[in-house]
Amino acid sequence: MKLKSLLVSLGLLAGASLVHAEDPFKVGFVYVGPVGDLGWSYEHDMGRKGLEEYFGDKVETTFVENVPEGADAERVITQLAKSGNDMIFTTSFGFMNPTVKVAKRFPNVTFEHATGYKLSKNLGTYVLRTYEGRYISGVTAGMMTKTDTIGYIGSFPIPEVIRDINAVYMGAKSVNPDVKIKIVWANTWYDPGKETDAANALMDQGVDILLQHTDSPAPLIAAEKRGLRGIGQASDQSKFAPKAHIFSVRDDWSPYYIKQVQAVMDGTWEPKDFWGGFQDDMLTLASINSNLPADVRAKIDETHDKIKSGEFKPFTGPITDNKGNLVVPANHSLTDVELAKVNWYVEGITDEIPR
Amino acid sequence: MDSDLIIQILFAAIKTGTPLLFIALGEVICEKSGVLNLGQEGMMLMGAVVGFLAAYTTGNAGLGVIAAMLMGSIMSLIFAFLVLHLGANQVATGLALTIFGTGLSAFIGSGVVGQTLQGFQPIAIPLLSDIPYLGRILFQHDILVYTSFVMTFVLMFVVNKTRIGLTLKAVGENPHAANAIGIKVLRVRYLAVMFGGVMAGISGAYMSLVYTPMWVENMTAGRGWIALALVVFASWRVGRIMLGAYLFGLASIMHLVLQGLGWSISPNLLAMLPYVATVVVMVIISADKFKEKLLSPRSLGKPFDPRQMA
Amino acid sequence: MIRIQARTEPSSLMKVLSPVLAIVLTLIFGSILFTAIGKSPSQALHVLLIAPLADSYNIGEMFVKMAPLLLCAVGLSLCYRANMWNIGAEGQLLAGALGGSAMALYFIDSDSVFALPITLLAGMVSGMLWSAIPTFLKLHFNSNLILTTIMFNYIALYLLIWAVHGPLRDPDGYGFPESAMFSDATMLPTLFESSRTHLGIVFAVLAGVVGWFILSKTHLGFQIRVFGADEPAARYAGFSGKKLSWFVMLFAGALAGLAGIGETSGPIGQLVPNVSPGYGYSAIIVAYLGRLHPIGAILAAAFMAVLYMGGDLAQIEMGIPVAVVSMFQGVLLFFLLACDFFINNRLSFTNQATN
Repeated sequence: MKLKSLLVSLGLLAGASLVHAEDPFKVGFVYVGPVGDLGWSYEHDMGRKGLEEYFGDKVETTFVENVPEGADAERVITQLAKSGNDMIFTTSFGFMNPTVKVAKRFPNVTFEHATGYKLSKNLGTYVLRTYEGRYISGVTAGMMTKTDTIGYIGSFPIPEVIRDINAVYMGAKSVNPDVKIKIVWANTWYDPGKETDAANALMDQGVDILLQHTDSPAPLIAAEKRGLRGIGQASDQSKFAPKAHIFSVRDDWSPYYIKQVQAVMDGTWEPKDFWGGFQDDMLTLASINSNLPADVRAKIDETHDKIKSGEFKPFTGPITDNKGNLVVPANHSLTDVELAKVNWYVEGITDEIPR
Repeated sequence: MDSDLIIQILFAAIKTGTPLLFIALGEVICEKSGVLNLGQEGMMLMGAVVGFLAAYTTGNAGLGVIAAMLMGSIMSLIFAFLVLHLGANQVATGLALTIFGTGLSAFIGSGVVGQTLQGFQPIAIPLLSDIPYLGRILFQHDILVYTSFVMTFVLMFVVNKTRIGLTLKAVGENPHAANAIGIKVLRVRYLAVMFGGVMAGISGAYMSLVYTPMWVENMTAGRGWIALALVVFASWRVGRIMLGAYLFGLASIMHLVLQGLGWSISPNLLAMLPYVATVVVMVIISADKFKEKLLSPRSLGKPFDPRQMA
Repeated sequence: MIRIQARTEPSSLMKVLSPVLAIVLTLIFGSILFTAIGKSPSQALHVLLIAPLADSYNIGEMFVKMAPLLLCAVGLSLCYRANMWNIGAEGQLLAGALGGSAMALYFIDSDSVFALPITLLAGMVSGMLWSAIPTFLKLHFNSNLILTTIMFNYIALYLLIWAVHGPLRDPDGYGFPESAMFSDATMLPTLFESSRTHLGIVFAVLAGVVGWFILSKTHLGFQIRVFGADEPAARYAGFSGKKLSWFVMLFAGALAGLAGIGETSGPIGQLVPNVSPGYGYSAIIVAYLGRLHPIGAILAAAFMAVLYMGGDLAQIEMGIPVAVVSMFQGVLLFFLLACDFFINNRLSFTNQATN
């Protein structure tokens, strides 16, 4: 038995090395938005470029942008698999079920799906610990708000976003006990017009620091116009609002893409639910504005370092939700599995999660 | 809600309503001449992308608006030629214009996705902007909003008080009779369709130069279709279009405002409101056949062939 | 000198030739376009129109894409013949997807053989309901059908998005806006091994044949044709315009509804916000290209399906933006409408040398 599996893996290794002696390792990417969105899909594409840069001629990448999350997704993923890609990254939640179906049909291709929760023997998932960046954003916003009101433009009330709202509020509260958070759901990931409307609706109601879970720079532009401040999402958005921009929490996917492609090349890849954050260099603080007060700047660096070193985890108990239930017991930090299921607001957020 | 907040909401409603106002003013003139152009969305998108490209390359937002107007009129000429000269079906041609414009705008705009520019800055009008309440709602906007005010009043005057308005209505009501008294029906319709294109172009430029100063695929998000609804909602009256545009603008931001105030209302159900309201208004005005005839141009959507005399 | 002269009789040759001519002109336009952006036109047209049919998987996918287009187009052909300007196929399709999916979710734990037929029926009834309201408003309140059907497209879209964020959301889906996966009992069976081609294409072709039969072989069809060609004459002959209007609109609504549920119970397998990439609008082009003839619609739908798939391939293989597909659709319709001018007119060459 053992001998057999050894032989099989040797055979696989031999086969694998044979493959990349001849042609490059082909990697396909499926994006939900245009690569020019300067947010989510843009950063995945930067990750793809990082991958190409690192491996040079050894990899060849293809991407398909603007893929709707409907019946067409499965065909696009299939076509990528058929055209000889060895590994395929599908980078939006709505691609989950199509990816599962295609992965079943192409057992020799390795698939990775961002933000999903379904694994199989040739399908892994990966997600960012965006809440770490949100906590730092919350601390900063809590210190800088003059109206004690920070605003959050939500996309959809899914656990990732709920988690991040909690992280922002806990961060803000840790430095400013009077702080309030106003939440507006735009029900979109990317729609500059609607995001502008949402930003203005929040600023009309006394919000002076804007945070967003939508991807366009429109809220920052709106804040710049009104002399208020905001924090960039997913990519470095400083150029859109030189004065308003506090910093951007940048997603950096290339370390992950490099690591996983290497793993498949080496034959060591396994399906996993991977969570990456500051520690993995998959989140970075980009373009911290030089116009911040010194104490704010110091606090940003301090919080960042504590999170990066693993010394501090935002979701550490005791945490009570806004209905009075103890949701995280004392001395416990939420595990990844638990983090994936957060569906409560922490104490102090007066809103309710839309159902 | 304090008065400050109400003022800001009304200010925002005007801003959101302005692109709707521009494009609906164009469409109403077009429809008054008897031509139904379903290509509004396509013309508007082309205006948005060309306006942005021109402003981005020249650094001059004014040139952007002019380019957008030109583009809008070129698009409308394709429609006018097919519909007026070749007698093509107006519904199908308009639809083709929208589909074509959506694709072409995405195609030529792909190079500037993610770029931004300095659009028009707000100008507070001296004296007027100091009027309590109204000043802050109406007179602290950018130049295009003021243009839309002026356009509305000029059009109200032209349509209701001048010979041009009479000619336009004659062509829309009964082209054969108009032809008989020597009005050049096709020429009037060409001009009306082109006016619609120019206005759609400005409306698009407003989106990409003022509203969100960037170009994004499909950024008009169905406003061209809302404009069609708006024209019916306003029962083809220029003045009511202005009111309707601001009402629709208000409706589209209200769910965001209410959420911020802690109300939870489904944004998707609220987003339906303008369409439902339009259907209701349409039923009310057209239920009375006599009234309806007074309101909607009688030859709307019907081709006119001067060779076939009725 | 060339002059335009009205024909005494519409040319039946031009009626058939016009779509062919329009396609040729569109291809010429495409070649110029591709040359202008520095792509080889022959390669681009190959990828766009031939490659989608290269193997059995792709041909299967063509049928998947064809089914909703054809179902909608057959209904629209009959409507337009009867002078009912129904622009609402998109809304009727979405209503069908919504109503049918609600039924499918009701049967989520069922393995009854009736689950699928009832689900499909629910989709068709929802589509009919969605076309019945504008029809009622037109016949009894004299509302403009073009405008009401457009409004109802939007109402259906927002209703669907609302449902998928609310009552029909998968309770175990981590809050993401999509329904649970349907059970096999409510899924349309696939026709071939390892292909997504499902029963929907059979329904669609059947609908084409039934539509043709009604139109050319029945008294009802005769009435529709007379009514469309000469309304006063039809009234004089005692045909009931109301009855005909109801018939064509309900027929179209049912088919569009079937197209909608065919997507969610077919290739998608669940209700998602993005059910249709605008099939209902493209079907208008299909109906015209097919000469408002149900059999012609079959050919036109196949062509349009290939064009859609070619768009994805062109992006994967050649990096051509996917927007060319809608450009092609628009231009095709322009050329078609222009060529149709010559059905009723012709060019006459006169010798004016003496002049």
